[in-house]
Amino acid sequence: MKTDQTHPAPDEPTLAMDAIRKSLQPCMQCGTCSASCPNAFAMATTPRELWRLLQLGFVDDALAAGSFWMCSSCYTCTLRCPRGLPLTEVMAALRRLAARCHPEKTGDNATFYKTFLDNVRTYGRVQESALMTSYFLTMKSPTLPFAFLPLGLRLLGKGKLHGPSGTQKGRLEGLFNHAATQGDRT
Amino acid sequence: MKYAYYPGCSLRESAQEFDVSVRAVMERLGTEIEEIPDWTCCGASAAESVDHNLSLALPARNLALAEKAMPGLDVLVPCSACYLNLLKLQRNVLADKSVMAQTNALLGDEGLAYTGKTGRVRHLLDVLLNDIGPEAVRAKVEKPLHGLTVAPYYGCQILRPYRVFDDPERPSSMEPILSALGAAIHPWTMGGRCCGASLMATHKEAALVSVGEILRAAAAAPPDGQEDEAGGGADVIATVCPMCQMNLDAYQKQALREGGLGVAGRPVTVLYLSQLIGLAFGLSAQQVLLEKNLAVTEAFREKLVHPKELSTAAVTTA
Repeated sequence: MKTDQTHPAPDEPTLAMDAIRKSLQPCMQCGTCSASCPNAFAMATTPRELWRLLQLGFVDDALAAGSFWMCSSCYTCTLRCPRGLPLTEVMAALRRLAARCHPEKTGDNATFYKTFLDNVRTYGRVQESALMTSYFLTMKSPTLPFAFLPLGLRLLGKGKLHGPSGTQKGRLEGLFNHAATQGDRT
Repeated sequence: MKYAYYPGCSLRESAQEFDVSVRAVMERLGTEIEEIPDWTCCGASAAESVDHNLSLALPARNLALAEKAMPGLDVLVPCSACYLNLLKLQRNVLADKSVMAQTNALLGDEGLAYTGKTGRVRHLLDVLLNDIGPEAVRAKVEKPLHGLTVAPYYGCQILRPYRVFDDPERPSSMEPILSALGAAIHPWTMGGRCCGASLMATHKEAALVSVGEILRAAAAAPPDGQEDEAGGGADVIATVCPMCQMNLDAYQKQALREGGLGVAGRPVTVLYLSQLIGLAFGLSAQQVLLEKNLAVTEAFREKLVHPKELSTAAVTTA
């Protein structure tokens, strides 16, 4: 048996993966989640297939499939799962894990959510115009802003776009710093 | 009745009409709402995808502020995503002492703590239905919405995963309120379907399919034997979520053209439930900020100006 000296403490991704596999262990592959998912049609692997990959330890395949980025958090799978598994929360945990383990492969998907939280950190309350501007700049896609341009112009016409409000600016800086030092062990 | 009010970021940004109409309607109903001082973002649907600690700390900070400034008051939340984030945090903290300790350790720098003992987290629809009640709503109606057919759209996060005030599979909590306003209900089964939520920003092609299906079902004539008053589908979709409202309202052209099966559809007005209540209470279109909604149809405006004569049938059922 290995001693503690040769057996390093498990790192955060390993602990996170252990937690995910533990919560998926009772899955009996009935497929209710896949049948209930409104976005399954757009996923490379259905939710049921995703759980099976994780149960069998094919973590890299599961993370590479990326179907958890297509979850819209509607909680229908969680509601209907006959085993009562927290499937929507697992989808979110897989996003966090993918962003940490394979940032180079998850860039486009993770960018929106990361940009969103950066916006919250800066302004305290989400500032929609500033959020979309940062999103476009971070994505570095010359065509993406044009996909949202017609809507942007309509919202502008309706007086729905505003410059960022500074009332809560910097209010969450301390909380974000503190949360970052605690580490993610879920 | 008095509530600690958590508007959430959207109601200060692109969903101002929701905030303004909620305040106006609650005032008419004799309800006092006091905004939680210094509130910040609840994390929306992004925090849990990025950082588990923040998905605890962001909603907890707001509930801790409510507990400190307005102990004992229920927290009134109009936005569905904010509602679920605050509710989930409250439930997790109450169910597990270690979650409470972990959460409060994150809040310690500001001297805040959330103990979960005071004040329930309540969605606007829950309060309207169970605290105020359809009868009190009916008593304030000055301009009944006769001749208007409304498709009640609930979205996801007020229904699931927690079964609080409505059936998460076949929701119906909006119907008594809409009936009290004099409106007819569009019979459909899409009220709890997902609008795609933030996939509209990251995977638009998938979200457009969901939006297209919902819009077509709202505009479709109901099956035989369930004829609605309009005879040809809903005039307006009623929502209680800023993200559902934006997805259904702003992407109609694209969703009807690109999303789904290429079946013809028609534009449908998409309003917040509180805007409809306000209009029925006699507030003007300006007072409920109707000009902020993108897809308000001429047919809908016409029906507002010239509501259908009150029929005897409507009186007896009213």
